[in-house]
Amino acid sequence: MNAVVGAGVETGQKGPAPYVRIERLTKRFGDFVAVRQVSLEIQRGEIFCLLGGSGCGKTTLLRMLAGFETPTDGAIFIDGVDVTQVPPYERPVNMMFQSYALFPHMTVAQNVAFGLKQDGTARGEIESRVQEMLSLVQLNGYEKRKPHQLSGGQRQRVALARALVKRPKLLLLDEPLGALDKKLREHTQFELVNLQEKLGVTFVIVTHDQEEAMTLASRIGVMRAGEILQVGTPADIYEFPNSRFVADFIGSVNMVEGRLIEDEPDHVRIECAQLGAIVYVDHGVSSPPDAPVSVAIRPEKIQLSRERPEQTDNVLQGVIAGIAYLGNATRYLVRLPTGFLLRVTAPNVFRHEERLEPDERVWLHWHSSSPVVVTR
Amino acid sequence: MNDRRSFFVLTMLVFGFAFLYLPIIAMVIYSFNASRLVTVWDSANSPTLAWYVELFHNSQIMDAAKLSFRIASVNATGAVILGTLAAFALQRYRKFRGRAMFGLLTTAPMVLPEVITGLSLLLLFVALEQGIGWPSGRGATTITIAHMTFSMAYAIVVIQARLATVDRSLEEAAMDLGARPWKVFAVITLPLIASAIASAWVLAFILSWDDIVITSFVSGPGSTTLPQLVFSKVRLGVSPDINALATILVLIVSLAVVVAGTYMMRRDRRRMRDSQAAQGATG
Repeated sequence: MNAVVGAGVETGQKGPAPYVRIERLTKRFGDFVAVRQVSLEIQRGEIFCLLGGSGCGKTTLLRMLAGFETPTDGAIFIDGVDVTQVPPYERPVNMMFQSYALFPHMTVAQNVAFGLKQDGTARGEIESRVQEMLSLVQLNGYEKRKPHQLSGGQRQRVALARALVKRPKLLLLDEPLGALDKKLREHTQFELVNLQEKLGVTFVIVTHDQEEAMTLASRIGVMRAGEILQVGTPADIYEFPNSRFVADFIGSVNMVEGRLIEDEPDHVRIECAQLGAIVYVDHGVSSPPDAPVSVAIRPEKIQLSRERPEQTDNVLQGVIAGIAYLGNATRYLVRLPTGFLLRVTAPNVFRHEERLEPDERVWLHWHSSSPVVVTR
Repeated sequence: MNDRRSFFVLTMLVFGFAFLYLPIIAMVIYSFNASRLVTVWDSANSPTLAWYVELFHNSQIMDAAKLSFRIASVNATGAVILGTLAAFALQRYRKFRGRAMFGLLTTAPMVLPEVITGLSLLLLFVALEQGIGWPSGRGATTITIAHMTFSMAYAIVVIQARLATVDRSLEEAAMDLGARPWKVFAVITLPLIASAIASAWVLAFILSWDDIVITSFVSGPGSTTLPQLVFSKVRLGVSPDINALATILVLIVSLAVVVAGTYMMRRDRRRMRDSQAAQGATG
């Protein structure tokens, strides 16, 4: 999935100049700092996702890109041009609103044509480009309908067509799938990615839904309290979170406090009182010795067994305290002798698998490359 | 139990409507009365349309009606224009100095006693005439200006309430697609609040049409509005042609209400059917 989405994106440190460059952008509302010193570079043709909880400043950042909010400080460059002070109606940027914001008194065709009309495009060209957009989003035959005569999914596609018809350099999408039900959302995610590949428009998407961000994005920026904590591919963010917040926010994780007791360039040992054990990690950590650290272990990276595993490091014993059967996987809660509860997810590979029972004593182990050590 | 309750509801309904409309019905019936004495029913010659015929030949009443119509129309148009601008400022520019004060000031004429509004306007017009020579004397112009001051307050309330329900992102979307702020107002905001503007216009028209207190302060010798004329005629004793006049006005108002009601009901029903059909169809 990610390989498909990421196709055509220049990765590499010395790629071409960034298409969108955000420099130390700050937005204050009175005493409240919505966006704090954000710097970001987005490449041409990328799908960049701003991910974060509500009130993290992601929507404010998007609205500054669209021109609806004026930054308190900092600058925005699109394709090398400083657009910081350019009003929204002169920016080469279009936005798809969370509520779709379709004009209720206009037909589908009039909605899509609106942007071209403002530019004074010739009538014949408007007509052909509207038709082209409508067939792209598979809404031929709906030209004469009013927005209230459309279903949620159709409205979403009209909004998309309207935002794309001016061939913007940058398309901003605010929670593009938020108003759709689950089935439709999954279907639309792939349509959106296909469309983006076909047109090559750079997308910046704002979402609070981490699954949506993972499936859509070529790169994700995780935001909290107005700051960007980490930028990376979905796999980077998931496998190599740089902070407790990112590890916790993306997916499910077991977070354990610890203390570095052995710090070598090729491995570290961390004493974790909560586990009652020492965690061996097969890569170095850039942190002062004896500093408090956190160890993050993903539930699916822990393996359960009835027999004692062969390895000697990273082996624990516990009792099954809870089982949740999810169909594709089973989620276990394992109580350690220290009383700490570890979450473990095991895929259901075989139909007639012999399943673990509640209160059963089990062995837990994980590969020494699995734990992620975060220092903040 | 159920029967008794529905009997109770029905009784309340009948009494309620009787209280509201019996006087009007009585007036309508008496407008066809042939007798010159308003309270005596002349069963020999009634019903008759004599008073209606006389009404249209009474140039005094026709002139007053025309004047009232002209004042009410100009007033409603002016009040709606000013009211839209004020409502827009109050609703869309959230943080400006003295916004709360401005909001209070615009709606104050609604609660101010009419006598005070009328008197203060009279003083203002007199002072203006002495100062800059305009408006010269009092007449249709001063009445229109006076009516605008208070009907604008109602227009603001109606339009602002509608404006509050217009999704701001619609205006932002239009701007995002390249429309300048004035264009956005003209092609997006205005059509969306058009129905509120129409109601505000009708409201302002009616407020002006039947105002008498403020009018009597600022009117001049040559300008008698319909309410003023009716009032002065009634003081000299009610004449039956007033009943005929009132009946015509009631008829016009009822027609307008019925037409507007049917139109809105049809539109709502169509909208509901449309959106149900849309939800039913697969996305």
